[in-house]
Amino acid sequence: MKNSINNAFKIAKKENRPALISYTVCGDNTKDKSLQILNSISKDLDIAEWGIPHNCPTADGKDIQNSSYRALQNGIRLNDIFNLVKKFKRIKPTKPIILMGYYQMIFNFGEKKFIQKCKASGVDGLIVVDLSFPDNKNFAKLCKKNSICFVQLIAPTTTVKRMREIIKSSHEMIYMISTISTTGSALKYSIKRIIKNYNVIKKIKPSKNVVIGFGITEKTISNLRSADGLVVGSAICREITRSLKDRQNPVTNVSKLVRKLKNKII
Amino acid sequence: MIKLKKKIPLIDQHDQFGFYGNKFGGNYCAETMRKPIEDLSKLFEKLRKNRKFLKKRNHYFKHYLGGETPFFKLENLSRHLGGAQIWCKDVSAINGDAHKAYHATVNALICKESGKRYIAGDTGAGMFGKNLAMAAKKMNLKCKIFMGTKDISRQAPNVKFMRDAGAEVVPVDSGSKTLVDAVSECMRHYVSNCDNTHLAVGSAIGCNIFLKICAWSTSQISRELKKQLIEEFGEIPKLKLINVIGGGSSALGFWNEFIDYDKKHVELIGVEAKYAAPLSTNAKVAILHGAAQYCLTDKEGQIAETHSLSAGLDYPGSSPLHGLLKDSGRARYTNASDKEALAAFKLITKLEDIRPSLEPAHAWSECIRLAPKLKKNDVLVVNNCGKGYKDKKIYIEQLGYYPK
Repeated sequence: MKNSINNAFKIAKKENRPALISYTVCGDNTKDKSLQILNSISKDLDIAEWGIPHNCPTADGKDIQNSSYRALQNGIRLNDIFNLVKKFKRIKPTKPIILMGYYQMIFNFGEKKFIQKCKASGVDGLIVVDLSFPDNKNFAKLCKKNSICFVQLIAPTTTVKRMREIIKSSHEMIYMISTISTTGSALKYSIKRIIKNYNVIKKIKPSKNVVIGFGITEKTISNLRSADGLVVGSAICREITRSLKDRQNPVTNVSKLVRKLKNKII
Repeated sequence: MIKLKKKIPLIDQHDQFGFYGNKFGGNYCAETMRKPIEDLSKLFEKLRKNRKFLKKRNHYFKHYLGGETPFFKLENLSRHLGGAQIWCKDVSAINGDAHKAYHATVNALICKESGKRYIAGDTGAGMFGKNLAMAAKKMNLKCKIFMGTKDISRQAPNVKFMRDAGAEVVPVDSGSKTLVDAVSECMRHYVSNCDNTHLAVGSAIGCNIFLKICAWSTSQISRELKKQLIEEFGEIPKLKLINVIGGGSSALGFWNEFIDYDKKHVELIGVEAKYAAPLSTNAKVAILHGAAQYCLTDKEGQIAETHSLSAGLDYPGSSPLHGLLKDSGRARYTNASDKEALAAFKLITKLEDIRPSLEPAHAWSECIRLAPKLKKNDVLVVNNCGKGYKDKKIYIEQLGYYPK
């Protein structure tokens, strides 16, 4: 589906709410379970992000680390991930899916081969945590050529000059990191300050869809509902960890959590 | 084949994106870190040209770290092996017991200049942690050291030192519980605190600026050695410089002044631990801790686990600068097993008065292999880059004794 990421934002905008974006790790805690979780929560989602687990995740907090280690322990490989994406897309052909990971996994697989596989399996977008601007220029171009959205990131430390350049080379979605932290820590800044940063980006190019991630939980999500989209990751991974620990079904628990998150922004 | 540039310091042979030979290094980091590392790069480039700062560095090297480390011939070992003459650059004689003292001190000085009050570093063998803790105390900085729980228990004397110096030692229990995870955790800490914390990466690894600072700091070793060689021989004789490689910070310092020499004149030999040997076992290039480098991985690209008795060598990656030296053919790399390192320690300490830690024991092992094949006018110099006391317990477990 071309432009399905743009469509997702359009639908959310029409309903006067931010797009809800989940992040879970593909293969957490097993291949099948992670697909079941994604299928189940996708009815409340606008876009799904799936993490490619890596065993040296230098930008992730404890929750996502745990999810990644679980997935790796259960033997997930890149080819499995592409197959799972294909399966998901067969069930939910219009739901955009973004793969998120570290560059080593792509580098090892081969950039071109990786993008071809993404295209063939129906991946709509890519986030590469440690391939930042301007080092990602060529890779982003390669994505665009293959109708895959390369999602640029902007952090609280990004200068306005750099922001302009990043936005210029960005595709239909930009990811704003809310706070100086790894994934999953509490918001260090006030909501006001986060919204202020968000508005700086939006002012430079209003037509770009800007999503806010890092530190978004049940508690904080409604305060940020003026954004184009909100990403919830660690809170979901934490729920999977908790469910497994309490010997409960992560599929039902995570679905309940995502439903609650959705209710807070409609 | 990559070609090295003459008369340009090795650390400066990168392009605008931080790549050496279009292949090694780079800045593979989260967007949050980009601005802080750019600021740090600017600060470092300014400071390394600043006379006042250099004077301060030299003052600290001389009066705080104890000045020039000794260079001497090992008569007994040379005679025993019956080939080349063997010399020791005894960097372990420095206050701080290892080459990491230079690197830690410079990082603390840079932190001070940056106006940041917090400094964070990773450590495996504890040598960098201990020296960073000391330097932080000296310069009134708050210090956090990240260390794998396996290393905390096997390098206990250094951990005690860090804590006594007032540093907080943060145990890292994820993954292999060794250096690789300590570095990851330390980088995470930096991503979360880069507004007030200076990151001191413990070896010549990481994003471009971190490996530059490291290799720039340890190069003091080869500046001294060059002078000492000329004093002793009246010229730079035909040499082989043998150094152990973990991340590779001591070797880069030991070799820095000799890079421009022809390899037939000054040969550079790096010795890795056998089961943590990306450079000598034809590992692939991978991205680890912010840089492209030779690194042990599995087929899927996941970072591989390593095994070495030596905590300082138990690391799957290697400095991008060693990738450059390998691919340009300037240095050659080999490895030694735990057993060989222990045997080297046994022989060296029987014949000579030095007590190498497990890390340089690997370099000594290669020296012992090589010396008998060479002639009397061949000069072998080994960088004895760490003191053995921290491994006393391991030596006793493995050999049954620790020499006086």
